[in-house]
Amino acid sequence: MPYLSLILGRVGKAVIVLLAILVFNFFLIHAAPGDPAAVMAGEAGATDEQFLEDLRERFGLDQPLPVQLWRYMGGVLTLDFGYSYRQQMPVLDLILERLPATLMLTGAAFFISLSLGILAGTLAAMRVKRPSGSLIMGLSLLFYATPLYWVAMMAVLVFSVVLDWLPAYGYATVGAGYTGLAHAGDVALHLILPAVTLGLFFMAVYTRMTRTSMLSVSQQDFVKTARAKGLAPGVIQRRHILRNALLPIITLAGLQAGQMVGGAVLTETVFAWPGIGRLMYEALMQRDYNLLLGIFFFCALLVILFNMLTDVIYRLADPRIKQSAA
Amino acid sequence: MNFFKRFAQNRGALIGLIILALVVLLALLAPFLYPDSPWRMVQRPFLAPGEVAGFPLGTDTMGRDVAAGLAHGAWVSLLIGLISTVVALSIGVPLGALAGYFGGKIDDALMRFTEFFQTIPNFALAIVLVAIMEPSTVSIVLAIAIVSWPPVARLVRGEFLSIKHREYVEAARLVGQTHRDIIIKQILPNTLSPVIVLASLMVATAILLESSLSFLGLGDPDTMSWGYMIGAARTVMRQAWWLSVIPGVAILLTVLALNLVGEGLDDALNPQLARAR
Amino acid sequence: MSEPLLRIERLALSLPQGADRLYAVDNVSYTLNPGEILCVVGESGSGKSMTANAVMGLLPQGVDVAQGRALFHGQDVLTLSEIEHRELRGRRIGMIFQEPMTALNPLMRVGEQIAEVFEAHGLLTPKARRERALELLEEVRLPDPQSALRAYPFELSGGQRQRVMIAMALALEPELLIADEPTTALDVTTQAQILHLVKDLQTRRGMAVMFITHDFGVVAEIADRVCVMRMGKIVEMGQAREVLEQPQHDYTRALIEAIPGDAVPPARAAGDIKPLLSVTQLDKVYRSSGGWFQPKREVVALDGIEFALGRGETLGIVGESGSGKSTLGRCIVGLNTPDRGEIRLNDVDLRALTGNELREHRQRIQMVFQDPYASLNPRIKVGMAIAQGPIANGVPKAKAMAQARELLDTVGLDASAAERFPHEFSGGQRQRIGIARALALDPQLIVADEAVSALDVSIQAQVLALLDRLKREFELSLLFITHDLRVAAQICDRLIVMQKGRIVEHGNARQIFLSPQHAYTRELLEAIPGRQNHDEAAPATAEAV
Repeated sequence: MPYLSLILGRVGKAVIVLLAILVFNFFLIHAAPGDPAAVMAGEAGATDEQFLEDLRERFGLDQPLPVQLWRYMGGVLTLDFGYSYRQQMPVLDLILERLPATLMLTGAAFFISLSLGILAGTLAAMRVKRPSGSLIMGLSLLFYATPLYWVAMMAVLVFSVVLDWLPAYGYATVGAGYTGLAHAGDVALHLILPAVTLGLFFMAVYTRMTRTSMLSVSQQDFVKTARAKGLAPGVIQRRHILRNALLPIITLAGLQAGQMVGGAVLTETVFAWPGIGRLMYEALMQRDYNLLLGIFFFCALLVILFNMLTDVIYRLADPRIKQSAA
Repeated sequence: MNFFKRFAQNRGALIGLIILALVVLLALLAPFLYPDSPWRMVQRPFLAPGEVAGFPLGTDTMGRDVAAGLAHGAWVSLLIGLISTVVALSIGVPLGALAGYFGGKIDDALMRFTEFFQTIPNFALAIVLVAIMEPSTVSIVLAIAIVSWPPVARLVRGEFLSIKHREYVEAARLVGQTHRDIIIKQILPNTLSPVIVLASLMVATAILLESSLSFLGLGDPDTMSWGYMIGAARTVMRQAWWLSVIPGVAILLTVLALNLVGEGLDDALNPQLARAR
Repeated sequence: MSEPLLRIERLALSLPQGADRLYAVDNVSYTLNPGEILCVVGESGSGKSMTANAVMGLLPQGVDVAQGRALFHGQDVLTLSEIEHRELRGRRIGMIFQEPMTALNPLMRVGEQIAEVFEAHGLLTPKARRERALELLEEVRLPDPQSALRAYPFELSGGQRQRVMIAMALALEPELLIADEPTTALDVTTQAQILHLVKDLQTRRGMAVMFITHDFGVVAEIADRVCVMRMGKIVEMGQAREVLEQPQHDYTRALIEAIPGDAVPPARAAGDIKPLLSVTQLDKVYRSSGGWFQPKREVVALDGIEFALGRGETLGIVGESGSGKSTLGRCIVGLNTPDRGEIRLNDVDLRALTGNELREHRQRIQMVFQDPYASLNPRIKVGMAIAQGPIANGVPKAKAMAQARELLDTVGLDASAAERFPHEFSGGQRQRIGIARALALDPQLIVADEAVSALDVSIQAQVLALLDRLKREFELSLLFITHDLRVAAQICDRLIVMQKGRIVEHGNARQIFLSPQHAYTRELLEAIPGRQNHDEAAPATAEAV
């Protein structure tokens, strides 16, 4: 059963990474300045000594460190991420409530950046040393060098403030009371600016990578073989060069998708998008460390899931891997 | 053709170098041009650029001189970008070198460690680290270095893996050179050019990261930075767009310049690859 | 004589600025008749492949036609548009390349890649294409063509991939097949099979073949006519037999004499009987670690190796790729660790030593490597490269450098070379530097691992002569590892033939050449291209690889 052992191997590795992140997280809480109980309660709530005493007892903060670690891990593994005293809600509920919005935003941004990036990179590789190719590369360099949050602000300035084409803030028009399709359309309209501005940077990354990868593949011997067959240039580009050039892009996309969740903090902050990125910003502003670390753990979880997914896709795309793993 | 000639032939790289030189000059001159603290209120708030003589870029929401902020911010950006890259290199290069050279269990252990840091979302980790350590120049530098060393380690490891099987390294083993000598004298010099290229791009990424942290309010409260200026101007974008545009352009130009220089270095240091491009 | 199929007229191809000469080929004219095999022979950089690339319209960037015509069926193909040229490629001219490992798309099944040839020219239905692909794979005698059709390239061996390439090139029954060093990357027995196949298909289909090679042995095997090129110019052209037997030009003669196909090692005086090195029961198995849930894989590289090497003797170890010959050499110098067995030098078991003692003994064995471009550190000056061994062992720097300059002189280079970097030297010169480096520690034994394989034949002869001279001058023993029996014949006193990690034959070099005992040795000897005294009957080994 090569596939089963493969999946087991991947899952095993992911579990180890998750446990490592948990330990890391635990020590971060303890590295935070001041009393861990105060950290958990958030600074402002830490004035009441009796309250802190309760917290200490409840979370066993008077116990030795290994016991605390054990309890903490036990808690997380039973999906207990603790309680946000600032927001007066369990951390898990807060995250789950905000998760769909973030998934929608990052999903859309991922799709936009990957498809447009590969397209632009392919065009740039085919038009190397020609003005149109240089233009694509120039633009991608520009997007690559622009701070994410600043692009977002400039987009708001141009498309919302000056042109008034698209909504600048939020997830849906407040108080409009749309339902059904109208609601979906409204959300989609709100999604455009955040998704595009979040996607721009990553699109630049994929464009550059695709171009480099295609140019290096086009130097390989089998491309000469394809030309010697008398194949048309378009077929060679698509079937022989692009297919091989996409392999490293898959790996990169897996890594970048994880970074996108982090980047969403900035985008969601600018657009007041109600996702976990925005939640992270709020936790940051309120020094709500318990919530902050909960979100951090969740981000890492998402990244691990995504990496496993890319791994599977890579194995489907490259026959050589399947064989050597079997 | 030598390195400088090849570099000078790249028009983009030259433009990048000029922009970079200007930014460095601005940073170095900041204490002389604007000896006062950039935090000091000097005029009435919301002055547009050119509205009042002596304030070419206007004033911000608190009546602080934007030009002074820009100059002092340049210093902070470059400093943090540079130092955090040096710190990241000093973590990544030795780890990658040891992993690649010795291989086996050492490699396994070090690479698991590296992978772990690569799995954690970069920016989220930086936020958490700075928040936990309390924002300060030191904590920002550390956070940026901690999230940016893994690519260095992987690059150096890859180079070591391929170079350690070159015949000249094996010859050095046969004549009895020590591991230390082989690592430092035989292999390391041959890995330098890709590391230099990566380092120049890392400075750019570090500047972006620092500005993003400052934008979120995680900057050192004692130093003026470009990211902070944009963050402070966010709520008044409709009234005073220039307050966010000006520092944004400054970041964009600096990062762009560093990327151009990095590409130029890459072409000049790896001529075979450049021809393929 | 009928109208030639291909006529090259006064062709000149210009190189990009900054190259070592102006023209890749300069004022070249030759013809190729229908049903004929023309060998274009030359060393690296002679421009031998360039004409073929021009005919195919596959010139590398920067190389342009400066003058001349290439008439295919009377039509100048150099002036064709890209679309017209595409019509020609694959359909009327087929081409195969040197590197079978990289010449196929790794992500496409073999069958798809063959069917693509028909698709490129809009021929047949998809189903008929698949059927033709199967027939073609049968024709090039691939074992189990049915499953080869569904295989990915990485699942085939080098020889099998080259057969797929040939099937692809012949799919549309072209009138001309261009073969650009198609056997250079293959083992000698595989090479013999592929040459046989090309010759066979050529006779059966009556097509013309332009066969580009550096090896006169190959010429002797298949050529009707020969065209010898050097530095972009034709130095000699004529019927294969005439050129081989009575070469007119000095250069041609040097090439033919450098590696004679039917050489037999001369009878040599027996060396000192006292053994310097003795190896007993050496085993080595490579294990891939596999990882958590993956099965481990094992490759037996050495299996019970035993031999002795006398003082002042040259022992050749010959075998094909995967025979374990390189592993053996690396175990002896200490770059690899064997699983079991003894390696005794001067009757001291090296494997029982540690620390400084081991270092001292290890120095007595040095190595000359295969790749002259990878064996010198590009950032270290030549003098330092030679001196660093003595320096690492405590010799003062000034003394070591002086010694390095002397050694450069000994190996036939100017002492001033010490101050220069490796990239300023040619392949042959670098190999001399590598030899000087090996001598710097005053060794008793030099292991030369394919030390001349990467060099052009004319340079090979010089380096072999140098090794032979130094061996006597410095009273060295030589362990000469090679895949090329012709090279072994020139320098070795005794031979060891290895196959799959075992020694299959062992003895006096001359005797092995004259009366090989083991079937595999016979197979190797028969496969030497250009061997004239071999059995004229078709080799029994022409099975598919």
